[in-house]
Amino acid sequence: MKMVEAIVKPFKLDEVKEALTKAGVQGMTVEEVKGFGRQKGHTELYRGAEYTVDFLPKVKIQIIVPDDKAATVVQVITDAARTGKIGDGKIFVSNVEEVIRIRTGEKGPDAI
Amino acid sequence: MQTRIPNHFLAVVLGFVLMLFSNLVFGAEDAKAPEPAKAEAAAVAPAPPAAAEPAPKLPTYFTATSDDPKKPPVWPDPTGGASGVWATPAGDAKGDVPDKLSIQDVYDRMTHNLYSINYVWALVAGFLVMFMQAGFMMVETGLCRAKNASHTAAMNFLIYPLGCLGFWVYGFAIGWGNWWNGPVPPGWYPSLGPGLSVLNEGWGLGAAVDAAGKATGAFTYGIFGTKGFFLTSAVNDVAVMVLFFFMMVFMDTTATIPTGAMAERWSWKNFCLYGLWIALPYCLYANWVWGGGWLAQGGINWGLGHGAVDFAGSGVVHSMGGIIALAGAIVLGPRIGKYDSQGRPKALPGHNVPMVVLGTFILAFGWFGFNPGSTLAGTDLRISFVVVNTLLASMASALGAHIALSFKGLKPDPTMMCNGMLAGLVAITAPCAFVNPVGAAIIGLVAGVLVVYSVFFFEGKGVDDPVGAISVHGVNGLWGVLSVGIFATGEYGAGWNGVVREEMVKLYGSDGVRGLLYGDFSQFIMQIIDCATVAVFGFVMAYVWFKISDLITPIRVSKETEIEGLDGPEMGTLGYPDFQLHSGSKIVE
Repeated sequence: MKMVEAIVKPFKLDEVKEALTKAGVQGMTVEEVKGFGRQKGHTELYRGAEYTVDFLPKVKIQIIVPDDKAATVVQVITDAARTGKIGDGKIFVSNVEEVIRIRTGEKGPDAI
Repeated sequence: MQTRIPNHFLAVVLGFVLMLFSNLVFGAEDAKAPEPAKAEAAAVAPAPPAAAEPAPKLPTYFTATSDDPKKPPVWPDPTGGASGVWATPAGDAKGDVPDKLSIQDVYDRMTHNLYSINYVWALVAGFLVMFMQAGFMMVETGLCRAKNASHTAAMNFLIYPLGCLGFWVYGFAIGWGNWWNGPVPPGWYPSLGPGLSVLNEGWGLGAAVDAAGKATGAFTYGIFGTKGFFLTSAVNDVAVMVLFFFMMVFMDTTATIPTGAMAERWSWKNFCLYGLWIALPYCLYANWVWGGGWLAQGGINWGLGHGAVDFAGSGVVHSMGGIIALAGAIVLGPRIGKYDSQGRPKALPGHNVPMVVLGTFILAFGWFGFNPGSTLAGTDLRISFVVVNTLLASMASALGAHIALSFKGLKPDPTMMCNGMLAGLVAITAPCAFVNPVGAAIIGLVAGVLVVYSVFFFEGKGVDDPVGAISVHGVNGLWGVLSVGIFATGEYGAGWNGVVREEMVKLYGSDGVRGLLYGDFSQFIMQIIDCATVAVFGFVMAYVWFKISDLITPIRVSKETEIEGLDGPEMGTLGYPDFQLHSGSKIVE
């Protein structure tokens, strides 16, 4: 099993969710997060004076999928979340040791 | 019934109505005979038109004195019963049967109605001004950060009762205690009735004496009043209560201005002391301009225009507030993080822009009480000009701020445009009754541009003003006072502050308030003197006060409190507990 964590632009969340649902993903966890990448945030003006926004708001989507579906999910997210501009986000894929469904006690891919 | 009234009777009644409006309320317009303007003139009534009989007996509401010394004094009048006759079917027991009434009876009823219109107008306008407290709260709170929202809102809240307490205890007496002895033109008549004649004690330089060598209570240079402390029985009069309420809500406007410039770092205890002190500088200066003091007397004493002219308080209310705010911001110093290590200003964005815009609308709405209400007379028909001038100035100033921002290559920051609209309202407050609509629009446009440059100027000089109060109220208040001396047309304000100059009457038909563009340069000089007075007096008073009060209880919160936000440590209540990232655990220490 793989965990796919995608950090995307907040306004792209709905598109990503719909694309993933179409691709057969049954569940996901979403967090509102803040962060920066190579751009190190940006500056804004307020009443004529500058200020720096260090941490930009992003949305983090967390999905657990069977090994064979990981590549598809990554592709779906990449297609749905891309604008081609700076700040589109990142996707991290990692191994998951175990998944347990609390209600039934099922384990492994069945519990996803 | 109506048909039974003879025509000539109606004509006489109509004549009386006209006389009352033109001779009494706007008496100065008709004051052709230039007499030396003396305070006692207020009490001398003009001769009634039907003065056929010798030595006519005048009603008490003309003379403000009791005609029978054996009876108790007519004023103060706690029920309004001495102010004409309340026209009910019972009335003065004669009933309102027209053919049973003498002309005197009709006159009594008309006079009472005149007061009624003026009372209702002044009171309702005062209610609108009171509502401006809500506008100030929203503008100032919206422009500060979320972690200080509760504290900023609470300052705007508690200044209302604290300021009112000071005004009731000592402020009103200092400011308006000698109001009746202020300079007035011949034939002048108070719009709220002669009940205000009880406000007749004060202190100043050069006490005036009557023929018998007795002090009249008037002074060549009035400094402060001394009657009306705690509104005790000596001023137990219906008219005094109207004046008290109206002037109280004006003072609370001044009082709440510094809370914006000093927000996000002012300690609560020091603020509370300030709330009790603010009536002192405010009411002293208000006495000089509005209470018949030495600035109002500048026209009589020095021949400078009509003395200091400030219709609704660009100087008295707004400059004073803005200049106290400047002194406070200087004593406090900038917020942590406002300037970087090279001293360059950094933005600390306010947390709720829609709140700022709503507050601005509430203030603009309240201003329609602030300016036209300052006639203290719904029967003064100039109120329509005052309203339109106020409107046009605020329109022009909001656009002016937009233009100035675009000119500087900036986007139309809504908080700056709101400052722009308020700046225009502040600026038009002094000249609103004396200028024409074109003049009002120009005054507003200048105010809108001025406020943008002023905000950047003070920020560049290291004065941290989170809401722009110094620029909006201080700078544009001074501009408003000056603009009277430039744009006043002379159509209105004949005999203002007791000045009726023969040469002006000869030139223009009447001596209205006139700026330098309309032929009276001396008015401009007097306005400069007024500006200099409020700037120096207000700043010195406030600077000394903040330094002294800092010794009693520190004026600034600790560094830790400021970084955490004042809501928890100072107020014990977070403005937005659900959105706060830190736990606020310091509250329960």
